[in-house]
Amino acid sequence: MRTAERTPLVRDSALVWFASGIVGLSFGAIAVAGGLPVWVPVVMSLVVYAGSAQFSAVGVLLAGGGPVAAAATGLLLNTRTAAFSLAVADLLGPGRLTRLLGAHLVTDETVAFALAQSDPARRRAAFWISGLGLFAVWNIGVLAGALAGGALGDTATYGLDAAFPAVLVALVLPALREGPAVRRSALLGAALALAVTPAVPAGVPVLVALAGLAVYGRAGRSRTA
Amino acid sequence: MSATVAMMLALAVGTYAFRLVGPVLHGRVELSARVQELLSAGAIVLLVALLATGALTEGGGFAGWARPAGVLVAGVLAWRRAPFVVVVLGAAGTTAVLRAAGVA
Repeated sequence: MRTAERTPLVRDSALVWFASGIVGLSFGAIAVAGGLPVWVPVVMSLVVYAGSAQFSAVGVLLAGGGPVAAAATGLLLNTRTAAFSLAVADLLGPGRLTRLLGAHLVTDETVAFALAQSDPARRRAAFWISGLGLFAVWNIGVLAGALAGGALGDTATYGLDAAFPAVLVALVLPALREGPAVRRSALLGAALALAVTPAVPAGVPVLVALAGLAVYGRAGRSRTA
Repeated sequence: MSATVAMMLALAVGTYAFRLVGPVLHGRVELSARVQELLSAGAIVLLVALLATGALTEGGGFAGWARPAGVLVAGVLAWRRAPFVVVVLGAAGTTAVLRAAGVA
């Protein structure tokens, strides 16, 4: 892929890197302010590398929930990465090593970025460019936050909690515009996820959303009929 | 502290195992075009569910008005095909301004 074609990918990714860096800062700061040693959030970000699961696990730990509950909560949140890794498996590269490395970069953001591209070459570039940058910036952010402690204050003031859903809106809208079957499934899935959110543990709602696929086939067939 | 280390290890190993499902099965299992299509659709369904729950909920309850309002602005901007930067900064800006004005 030529430089001219890579530029928009880098430009769009950079914004997500920036937002993730700030969220990483707050993760590091929250963990250390809660009494964990600096190396815990830092090592966790390198080896677990999943923002929402890290927040939940540390949240459970700091609330006195114990390490088993903390690990279980984080794992439940991350079950969706199995479905994501299936969706982007052919983008990770031909070699064994690139596939093993690429798997670690499977996150909501990288999958959304990759699937938003039109052709396979751009999908692959989008996955790796957004993924490698995100990994670097997230970990630097967490380290900085852990060292700085609570200096940043409440990140909600900057509205950054709205940035990630907004990123998803921008990335999934083209796919929703194109296919009525995908649109139907996604709307039903989101409604189901919202309906069960108050009643089930974190991580379960998005998995429940997959039930929305039940109307995918029907919609497709009725369209061709 | 060893319990914390065990927790991190379990979380890291389990998460990586989930992420390996795709690459490990890829090339070994012949997936039909129909299944491939369903996987892509499934990923979009998951992302939209994340977007909906992320925009509206926080810790199992309602997230307040400022965040969904920001995400709604993002939706309108994205629908009008505004550049990516404008969409994301529009959402964060709207939410920040609403919070500064006292809207939770």
